[in-house]
Amino acid sequence: MFRTHYDLPLQRDVTGRFLPWIIALMVYLAILALAGSMVLSDMAQRWDKGLAGTLTIQVPPLPDGTPTLDARIQSALGVLHATPGISKAEPLKPEQMASLLEPWLGSGALSTDLPVPALIDVTMSGGRIDVRGLAQRLRAAVPGVEVDDHAAWLKDVLAIARAVEMVALGVVALVGSAAIATVIFVSRAGLAIHGPVVELLHVMGAPDRYIARQFQSHVLGLAVRGGLAGTLLAAATMFALTRAGGEFSAGLMPDMSLTPVQLLALAGVPLTAAVLAAVTSRLTVMRALARLP
Amino acid sequence: MRYGTGPEVLRDVSFTLEPGTFHFLTGASGAGKSSLLRLMYLAHRPSRGLITMFGHDVASLKRAELPPLRRRIGVVFQNFRLLDHLSALDNVALPLRVAGAKEGQVREHVAELLSWVGLGDHLHDKPATLSGGQQQRVAIARAVITRPSLLLADEPTGNVDDRIGMRLLHLFEELNKLGTTIVIATHNEMLIERFGYARMVLDKGMLQHLPRSAAATRIA
Repeated sequence: MFRTHYDLPLQRDVTGRFLPWIIALMVYLAILALAGSMVLSDMAQRWDKGLAGTLTIQVPPLPDGTPTLDARIQSALGVLHATPGISKAEPLKPEQMASLLEPWLGSGALSTDLPVPALIDVTMSGGRIDVRGLAQRLRAAVPGVEVDDHAAWLKDVLAIARAVEMVALGVVALVGSAAIATVIFVSRAGLAIHGPVVELLHVMGAPDRYIARQFQSHVLGLAVRGGLAGTLLAAATMFALTRAGGEFSAGLMPDMSLTPVQLLALAGVPLTAAVLAAVTSRLTVMRALARLP
Repeated sequence: MRYGTGPEVLRDVSFTLEPGTFHFLTGASGAGKSSLLRLMYLAHRPSRGLITMFGHDVASLKRAELPPLRRRIGVVFQNFRLLDHLSALDNVALPLRVAGAKEGQVREHVAELLSWVGLGDHLHDKPATLSGGQQQRVAIARAVITRPSLLLADEPTGNVDDRIGMRLLHLFEELNKLGTTIVIATHNEMLIERFGYARMVLDKGMLQHLPRSAAATRIA
């Protein structure tokens, strides 16, 4: 595919000099947008899988301490266990509560006299249950109790995540379109600059594909160089972001690790960009040459 | 034939070139010699009329069928049209590469031909470093390297002295003996008289045939 010898002096074209930079920038943006989209997609799936069919019951302590928090928890558990469709209802252990609160309040928060509510993790055995009815029964038995139906806010969060994902894919599409437009411009400029040479080759009996192949190889070479640079830059950025994320307290930053398949897909971005650039250049030149006699 | 909406530069031109014949094409400047050559090397399509090339009606051929016909035609352009960024060797190799010849054969044949036209020491020189005469010989070598069926030359001896001019004409004659049909557009009456081949005279866009001169002085 790579020619060591060009009949057309395309390497000298000023218009071609900035193409690797543009491709590098576009590959960089496309990889970051795609990676962001993948992280968001994974996060949404994890939320969906982890929270669908679950409820969280908050049992706050009463100001006067009567009945005790433990007694209130037991009352709530009684209602929950008596409700059909609930397979599991377990209060969070003190160490689980501590690890949940640690990012915000620091270690040892539970040992203080903070009026921290108790949490009961509820798993439903399948399908949805009448959450409103359950909440009413719980409040009747344990005043002040809160039922957190994840499905309600999970739907909104997932919608936002999907929207951000679509925006990221839109960025990739825009970046791709801009790359195609640039390659068309560079190819047309090359044809205009080297018109006499192109005409000479045509008169000598060069088929259109012979001339187009030279443009295609030239653009492919530039796109590969730009693509590699963009990929390296994106890899460095992602590494830096992952490192920065790791330094924050656990739980505040989403998990930004990607699977090998996702990394392979990202590695395909410069490859796709190079092939897209080469094909675009070829089609542009073939179309222009079709106007010659 | 006309360019765009301009006046007709060639009209009522009708002729047949038998395979293996040798012709001079003459006429005053602006008579239409270059336009006729452009039609013959298929760089233009006629605005009306019929061109039959190697047994094919050019107008009825598909566009994709024209390149093989063009590869059977060698052209020496008046202004050479050498590619400045390529060496003499690569310029001459161009038609072979276009035809898909193997690189080993290309280099061997091109070097041999360039040596024959006296440029054996300039294989890797760029056109800009060659004299006008040397550039002309590179252009001629490029036109004949594929042993075309038809060779069209526009003032091929315009920039060389008589000795080189004669040598080039002998090269064309050798090619003609191998079966190539030759058409040379020239103003050089001395060459026309000495070689005495049939003459086509263009005058105000119309063509007149003059037969081969019986009294031509042949140079051995």
